[in-house]
Amino acid sequence: METIVKYIWMIPAAPLLAAGAGALLPGGRRRLGAGLAVGAISVSFLLSCAAFAATLGGGRAASHFRWFDFGATSVQLGWVLDPLGAVMAVMVTLASLLIFIYSLGYMAGDGNFTRFFCFMSLFAAAMLGLVLANSLLLFFISWELVGLASYLLIGFWFQKPAAAAAARKAFITTRIGDLGFLVGMLALYSKTGTLLFYDSGHGCLDENFVGGLVVSTAIGLLIFCGAIGKSGQFPLHVWLPDAMEGPTPVSALIHAATMVAAGVFLVARVYPLMTPHALQVVTWVGALTAVFAAAIAVAQNDIKRILAYSTISQLGYMMMGLGAGGVAVGMFHLTTHAFFKALLFLGAGSVIHGCRGEQDIRKMGGLRKRMPLTFAAYAAGMMALCGVPLFFSGFWSKDAILDAAHHWRFSQAPFYLGLLGAFLTAFYMTRQVCAVFFGKPAPGDAERAHESPPVMTAPLLILAVLAVGAGFFGTPAWPWFQKYLEGGKAGFDLSKLLDGSALTVMLLSSALVAVGIVWSGWVYGRAARETDPLEKAQPALFACLRQKFFVDEFYAATVIRLTGAFAMFCDWLDRVVLDGAVRALCWLAVGLARLNRNVDESVVNGGFDAGTETVRGSGEWMSRFQNGQTQRYLRVIGLAFCGLLVLLLWGASWF
Amino acid sequence: MTTPLAHYLILAALLFGVGLAGALARRNAILVLVGLELMFNAANLNFIAFWRFGPRPEALTGLMFVLFSIAIGAAEAAIGLALVIAIYRHRRTAQVDRFDSLKG
Amino acid sequence: MLNEIAFLLCAALTLAGAVAAMTLRNLAHCALCAAGAFAGLAAIYLQLDAEFAGFAQLLVYVGAIAILILFTVLLTRGAEIQPGGPAASTSRGMGLGVGALVTACLIGAIMASPGLRGHAPQTVHAPVKRIGEQLMNQYVMPLEAIGLLLTAALLGAVIIALREPPKEPPAP
Repeated sequence: METIVKYIWMIPAAPLLAAGAGALLPGGRRRLGAGLAVGAISVSFLLSCAAFAATLGGGRAASHFRWFDFGATSVQLGWVLDPLGAVMAVMVTLASLLIFIYSLGYMAGDGNFTRFFCFMSLFAAAMLGLVLANSLLLFFISWELVGLASYLLIGFWFQKPAAAAAARKAFITTRIGDLGFLVGMLALYSKTGTLLFYDSGHGCLDENFVGGLVVSTAIGLLIFCGAIGKSGQFPLHVWLPDAMEGPTPVSALIHAATMVAAGVFLVARVYPLMTPHALQVVTWVGALTAVFAAAIAVAQNDIKRILAYSTISQLGYMMMGLGAGGVAVGMFHLTTHAFFKALLFLGAGSVIHGCRGEQDIRKMGGLRKRMPLTFAAYAAGMMALCGVPLFFSGFWSKDAILDAAHHWRFSQAPFYLGLLGAFLTAFYMTRQVCAVFFGKPAPGDAERAHESPPVMTAPLLILAVLAVGAGFFGTPAWPWFQKYLEGGKAGFDLSKLLDGSALTVMLLSSALVAVGIVWSGWVYGRAARETDPLEKAQPALFACLRQKFFVDEFYAATVIRLTGAFAMFCDWLDRVVLDGAVRALCWLAVGLARLNRNVDESVVNGGFDAGTETVRGSGEWMSRFQNGQTQRYLRVIGLAFCGLLVLLLWGASWF
Repeated sequence: MTTPLAHYLILAALLFGVGLAGALARRNAILVLVGLELMFNAANLNFIAFWRFGPRPEALTGLMFVLFSIAIGAAEAAIGLALVIAIYRHRRTAQVDRFDSLKG
Repeated sequence: MLNEIAFLLCAALTLAGAVAAMTLRNLAHCALCAAGAFAGLAAIYLQLDAEFAGFAQLLVYVGAIAILILFTVLLTRGAEIQPGGPAASTSRGMGLGVGALVTACLIGAIMASPGLRGHAPQTVHAPVKRIGEQLMNQYVMPLEAIGLLLTAALLGAVIIALREPPKEPPAP
């Protein structure tokens, strides 16, 4: 593993090179651009598998290099190879590969085909850099690059004002979280003197709760701020639904599977720093987010927005898992969620593609018959998300979280919130599936929908297999995933399934899921399309949910207004005060210059002129002596001679 | 030689004075040149006198000087008079107070 | 004694000739009186045992320069001798004054110098042969220079005084 870790930089380097080469390609070379991207990510996938294989025995290897010096210290960056990073790298590269292949079909009609793949490769490179980084600084650099790629991809169709605004909103909102992250990073550096995670005992994560409980809690919470922004937890979730303005593959890759999971990965990575107090905060935030987002999803009508809120909700579950159950619990759900959420998004993309761009579920229907493959894959994903028992990965991972919450020693409230969230998840997903795939097709595009080409359906099917199969790596009977991450052997023991509390949790969640699916199916399966039954029953509540609890409006009225006022004040300051100062200086300088010129002209030039005038005048005056009369000259000579003679002969006796 | 040197010198001085006074007082250019010649001659007389009464008359220094002086005086008189003639041809006048174009 | 009288006579002649040359109205008379003054000076040179200088004086001054002056007087006749016109320049008073002043200064200087009242020391011989020898040996450079100078003066005088041919008007 020591040797492999030296070459691990190639995993992010391959897509980065593809992005660089793709940026230099002219827009017409579509095959070359796409080929570069797909090829690079395949290489990364193979390398990640190799790295994964190397970590199967457990353990950790790190390598680092010096970036630059300042003063006596130097800034180090490095790569780490351990189970957490390896499994994440495999998941990221696999999901990226499948989504790239899908994009070959989905983006075929777009004019900016090569630019799309260039940006996607850039994103993949940054994400992989983030996953494999051993230095918090390198992590942060990759974090920001991922944010940049997200901005570029959300605003891919930047001619649409909504897309440009959404990209800006995403970037700025995540920035707010990143501020906390940066402060936490600086505090960590000042406390430990190093930003390397693992450095043969000297790294900042080599010991738990470094710096003491209070400091560690503070640093942990500050770093968690970054995760709140990036993973769309409660106060900073507002950008994720708007990010659906980007193309569907972007939503699938970035805003479902990988980038939003980066926040969860961050908390998992700096887990040794997180004190129980910090983890309490994480758990509460996660639980609240899970229920909050699930409630909003019930009242949305855009197929992608439902999935976006679902993502926010599931991210809340992941945070809850990390806080209550530990790294393995959270990461397991992250891995399964990546596959089935990507599957759901790609399926939604297939539906949109088939309905020629229609995204409102009220205008779809009956697509089950017209797009069978998409329906099958989507159903698998939906059941995984809801947590339909036994055969779907979401069940096992979500139950692990609920089990951990049930055993949490601080409070049972997150457990109940988790159960409520599971019920709501089943409810809104069934609502969506009924509206899109069942019933009579709405007049218009839905009637003429067609199945997507194989280049798009093949990844769907692969992901469906993963959505079912990945769960079996983490069941209580065979907790391979958990043991892989934490170290130790995983024994196969079916009796663990029937273990007391685990069984109750499984039965409880299954019951709730069943109730949710049946109730939603009964309400929505036979309803007319135009009005929502729930809206008819509870119009006020529905409106509140539709408007996302008015969070955006609240922000607009407070934070944005304040910022706007401050910006105007700064503008005034700049234009009046600073500019005025500069102008005053200029005026002073110009005045001095004028004074200088005047002095130069009047005093220097004038003086000189006066001098020359004097000389000329005196010369003129003296030249009047010469009147041309030679006899006068001779007279003068004679007189002078006399004077000289007298002076010479008798002058000596006078003086 | 019983006349003392002083007498010769006084004669030379008087001759010089007459020449100078005439050069300053007469209007005709030719007479100015005549006065000039008289002054020249006064100086020559001085030289001869001092040669004669001087310490080493056998060196003939004064005499040689006077010979050359006479030659030069002749040349100068020739040129000066030629100039007067030339000016007379142009200006139709030989009066010095009319030759005043070189003035400031 | 005789010497003294001879000197006084020659001096008187010289001075009278000089004064006359400077005061007469008729320019030809002035020229001739000047010649007389030169002759008087030649006599004094002879008295001072400078025979060669005296004869050279006679030859050059009386024989050439005085004649030259006469020629110039004759060539520049015309509006010159106007009876009644002032012969002296406008500031003749000042000129006479300056001349008197200079004379007075010189005579004062002469009188104030001691050792000028002695007798002449010895007899002096200045044979022409020795003059010739000196000219050819010691003073050969000034001799050559004087030759050149006289040539230049001769040519120059001729050119300056040359009557220019009347200019023809340019052909139409």
